[in-house]
Amino acid sequence: MKLHHEKIAATLILAGLILLSIVIGVADINTETIVLSRIPRTMAAVLAGASLAIAGLIIQILVRNKFVEPGTTGSTEAAMLGVLCVTIFAPGLSIILKMLCAVFSSLVGTIGFLSLAKNLPNDQPLLIPLVGLIYAGVIGAGVTFLAYQGDLLQYLGVWMSGEFSGILSGRYEILWLAGIAAIVAYLSADQLTVVGLGEAATINLGLNYSQVMMVGVATVAMVTGIVVVTIGILPFIGLVVPNVVSRLMGDNLKQALPRVAFLGGILVLSSDIIGRIIRFPYEIPAGTIFGVIGAAVFLYLLLKRPSNG
Amino acid sequence: MITINNVSHKIGANDILTNVTAEIPANGITAIVGPNGAGKSTLLNLIGRQTTLNDGDIQIDGSSLHSTSTDKLALKIALVAQDVGVASRIKIKELIAFGRWPHSKGRLNDFDKEIVEAAMERFDLVDLKDRFLDQLSGGQRQRAFIAMAFAQETDWLLLDEPLNNLDMFHARALMNELKLLAVENQKSIVMVIHDVNYAARWSDYCIGLDFGKIKFAGATQDVLTAKSVEQLFQVNVSVLGSPNGIILDHY
Repeated sequence: MKLHHEKIAATLILAGLILLSIVIGVADINTETIVLSRIPRTMAAVLAGASLAIAGLIIQILVRNKFVEPGTTGSTEAAMLGVLCVTIFAPGLSIILKMLCAVFSSLVGTIGFLSLAKNLPNDQPLLIPLVGLIYAGVIGAGVTFLAYQGDLLQYLGVWMSGEFSGILSGRYEILWLAGIAAIVAYLSADQLTVVGLGEAATINLGLNYSQVMMVGVATVAMVTGIVVVTIGILPFIGLVVPNVVSRLMGDNLKQALPRVAFLGGILVLSSDIIGRIIRFPYEIPAGTIFGVIGAAVFLYLLLKRPSNG
Repeated sequence: MITINNVSHKIGANDILTNVTAEIPANGITAIVGPNGAGKSTLLNLIGRQTTLNDGDIQIDGSSLHSTSTDKLALKIALVAQDVGVASRIKIKELIAFGRWPHSKGRLNDFDKEIVEAAMERFDLVDLKDRFLDQLSGGQRQRAFIAMAFAQETDWLLLDEPLNNLDMFHARALMNELKLLAVENQKSIVMVIHDVNYAARWSDYCIGLDFGKIKFAGATQDVLTAKSVEQLFQVNVSVLGSPNGIILDHY
């Protein structure tokens, strides 16, 4: 019964926000504006938020650490490196091929981090995110250097703060692929939960550990690559949303994944709406708004230890 | 019966196990004892296919680890690791339900649910079933993992130093429970154990391991003597008689 209420409430909130997002904006409301700009923008925010939150939860399960997200495991930076290489060396490629390069590059970057994290001691949980920050920082520095050499720093700036104002019909549709990747991950929810219990427990139950890991890594890379190509960097979502849900109801992914998706979608869309309103008629990027909210929530979570009740 | 045939294992250039050949009889408790670094856990992890077996062969009731798929083996053996430190927050009842995975692949039927309930009752976890794993003490967590292995309903149960996190009361209670499993449910239990006196009192069969070689193997009352323990651990031991059997005094 309670579960039912929760579903209805989440759906209503999301539907309300979608409506709000469709009617708020500088341009006059007419069918053209709505179909070409508002609906794509709204859907992009929901899809990006939901799929990034899921990618964050999955990378946390794979690394077995609550303080990581695709932006601190090199996944995001590697995806940017991929897009940048394409832009410099093969600028004529279609958006789908660009996206595939970003996804592949993100895959390599994530696997690189996982093999690094495997050798870190388990009893120091903060070491993994620290090493991740350095690892991501090194790749990020490479990205900046390459952009500088190629005179593309300004181009890079567009991705650095994820925002939705440039989203028009025809320029966001591949985000649906990120949504599909998230659904595929949901089909492996139980296996991923088992992997979260550790390699010993996974082997013990007769599951192929590396195979499940690959499903997880592929989902993270797919989502990260697609979001970077279409929206840019949206920090903190993959970190904050899974932590809030995990705190409230644990890490059984069958139950956690849908909630993480809803919360991610709701929060990113809210950030985008707030960003459109507070300096009307100008805009603040959704990534910036979420960065402020997300940092506050995360600090709260860090400082307030879970009650061992 | 578990048949270990000429198994050797190296980590880097170090020989951990050298030409180990042994048979572990079904039904009853088998204790693996020996000094630190003797290769006890390695042997257990090889049997439980946690560590890949490269040299030699191990058969579980006739099924060779080399030719049996890992999901088939999950119906024959369950292993409870020594370090059950877990980062993920899942509820105790969910953890134990995952023990049914080899049978149900995630779709629990009524029978599966009954087994899960029984496991929680048997290991005194009913009151804790809605707690998250990270809200338990080390000893409670260990009990939860043993209950999960019990729910897996395998003939063989492998435990790596299960008494490590437990106080005297709970260590005794666990050994009692394992003994009952062996006697009433005809389970075969293999455990790595540090305290020779627990091995002397509770095990039916005992294997002594040192420097990766088998020093003795046989019925516990025959092989676990003051002399064999002295040789194995390089300490002086005297035997104290007690109404319930011998105590090896090495303190």
